[in-house]
Amino acid sequence: MYKILKYSFYDLIRSRWSFIYLLFYLLLGIVLLFLNSNLSNAIVTLLNVITVLVPLIGTIFGVMYYYDSKEFTELLLAQPIKRSNIFLGQYFGVAISLSISLIIGLGLPFMYYGLFVSDKIFEFLTLIIVGTFLTFIFTAISFFIAISFENKIKGFGVAILVWLLLAVIYDGIFLIFLVYFEQYPLDMFSLGAIMSNPIDLARTLMLLKLDISALLGYTGAVFKKFFGTNYGVILSYLVLIFWTIIPILGILWKSNKKDF
Amino acid sequence: MNNKKWLFFVFVIITTPLLSSTIEVCNNCSIKSLNEAIKLAKPNDVIKVKKGIYKETNIIIDKALTIIGENLPTIDGQLKGDLFKIIADNVIIKGFNIINVGKDFANSNTAIRIQRSKNFEISSNRFENILYAIYIEKSSKGKINNNKIYGNAITEINSGNGIHLWDCKSILITNNYIEKMRDGIYLEFASNCEVDNNISTKNIRYGLHFMFSNDNSYIKNKFINNGAGVAVMFSKNIKMLNNHFAKNWGTASYGLLLKEINDAEIRHNVFEENTIAINVEGSNRINYENNNFTSNGWALKVRGACYNNVFIKNNFLYNSFDVSWNTKMNDNLFKQNYWSEYTGYDLDLDGVGDVPYRPVKLFSYIVNKTPEAVILLRSLFINLVDFSEKVTPVFTPDFLIDDEPQMKPNI
Repeated sequence: MYKILKYSFYDLIRSRWSFIYLLFYLLLGIVLLFLNSNLSNAIVTLLNVITVLVPLIGTIFGVMYYYDSKEFTELLLAQPIKRSNIFLGQYFGVAISLSISLIIGLGLPFMYYGLFVSDKIFEFLTLIIVGTFLTFIFTAISFFIAISFENKIKGFGVAILVWLLLAVIYDGIFLIFLVYFEQYPLDMFSLGAIMSNPIDLARTLMLLKLDISALLGYTGAVFKKFFGTNYGVILSYLVLIFWTIIPILGILWKSNKKDF
Repeated sequence: MNNKKWLFFVFVIITTPLLSSTIEVCNNCSIKSLNEAIKLAKPNDVIKVKKGIYKETNIIIDKALTIIGENLPTIDGQLKGDLFKIIADNVIIKGFNIINVGKDFANSNTAIRIQRSKNFEISSNRFENILYAIYIEKSSKGKINNNKIYGNAITEINSGNGIHLWDCKSILITNNYIEKMRDGIYLEFASNCEVDNNISTKNIRYGLHFMFSNDNSYIKNKFINNGAGVAVMFSKNIKMLNNHFAKNWGTASYGLLLKEINDAEIRHNVFEENTIAINVEGSNRINYENNNFTSNGWALKVRGACYNNVFIKNNFLYNSFDVSWNTKMNDNLFKQNYWSEYTGYDLDLDGVGDVPYRPVKLFSYIVNKTPEAVILLRSLFINLVDFSEKVTPVFTPDFLIDDEPQMKPNI
């Protein structure tokens, strides 16, 4: 598995797209800090970018890489290598190279602007950790989708649809629910809904770090307990880990079953 | 020099010591306690207390005395009931370290209680381990300055206030530092009082609290990290100028809470990092001018029955919500404010945006109706919805509009 991981990783690191991705984050970080000259505000803006773009790019990269290296994968399958090793190796290669682009791309400008001497370092770390989680989750989801669909166009379409669903439509439906059932106690429902969408979960984790927690705790006792204490943070991270493992298991299950 | 003048001069020299003499109190003097000294003293005497620790209870001051502590002597109340009680006019208490006063909240035990007196001055004292520090009833024309009050309040029920005024007139409260009490400064039925240059912090309820108190002002104070910075309730003609409200941050915290207030002036204040900077209920004819709202959860939360208010030349910077409004009627005026979220343009370069700004976002309107929706803050969907509402307003109140949004922050 490590050999395949290493191969995929080096292959991607040398590819043009990784560099463009890295450059994009470098530019974004520099421009944000140049315009805001305030780490805290830059982090708030980055929050929007991270929760939308990171999943999108993870999805597109994952699908693209799978379909591109399909012939090579089929060649590998002919060798005496375990199937799970091949697919996991490729998956981790993509996810790790994307994460490294993210970490370096955002880390460098922020370091240059005095991240280590400011008190915002933990907020930034949360941002990076959450971004890395999202990369891993959405690359896994896109791999799962790509394995499930032979047809490239279909696979692409479904992957983008899943991203759109989780990033935008989900919140819309969620909001309609909240407004429609406003007479009922909604805190437990809201927490459940947040937990079952990794993008919402990532956003909430960032909000907790950005001190907006008091705004959230304003609503009721359940929110107060969840957002006011470490309980919420720990639970959110656990669910994020759970969210990473589930699609990876999906890849394993699908790849073992699939007839190439 | 003529004789008459000489005579008068001699008379003054002889009689002055008779009118006011000085009594010294110290651990090795003939007078070892403050209570003893007060019994011996005549009106208008000066009592000087040297450095040391004095265990006293129930010091009743029933004549005009000036009591001065030299090098901060400690008066230890041994946790038995009240300590000082002033029931005469023209009393000065200065320079004491007052500790361990009783904690019976049924009797509201107090370090310095002032009843029905005039022209008193309480200054440069330090208070620690007390229930109420200074409690003033039915008095007037007093000064309270340079005191430091350190409380250890944990719950609202069994704690007291730092400086408590009840039915008072013309009291000047300046340069005090108050922490960890229930209310830092509390005014009930007080009028013509001035509260200036104080720092009130870490109090569990309010930094400063007005109840039924008209014609007062508070200027240049700092209210940091309190349950709520300042609560002004059921009062008229309050001037609130140049104060700093910061970090009043918690699930039900306010920088400034206004309830049933009429004809007030709120100018040049700074509100920083409060959950709700100003929470307004049933308040009319208030001028909000040149205030700075920075990084608050809500800058203005207006809960209804507010008429004829004017919001002019304020700066709204990086608040999660600028304005939240829940009434349909409005005759309030927003004018010439700076909004950091304003995205309009200024073609004629006169510093005023050409497109009016609507400070109430759709999301703010939704959160008002279903508070749980706040969990969707900063989500892409919400940004999209806010954007489309900005382009074609449907839900947000169309009367709430700033016709002259500034392009640069007001100074």
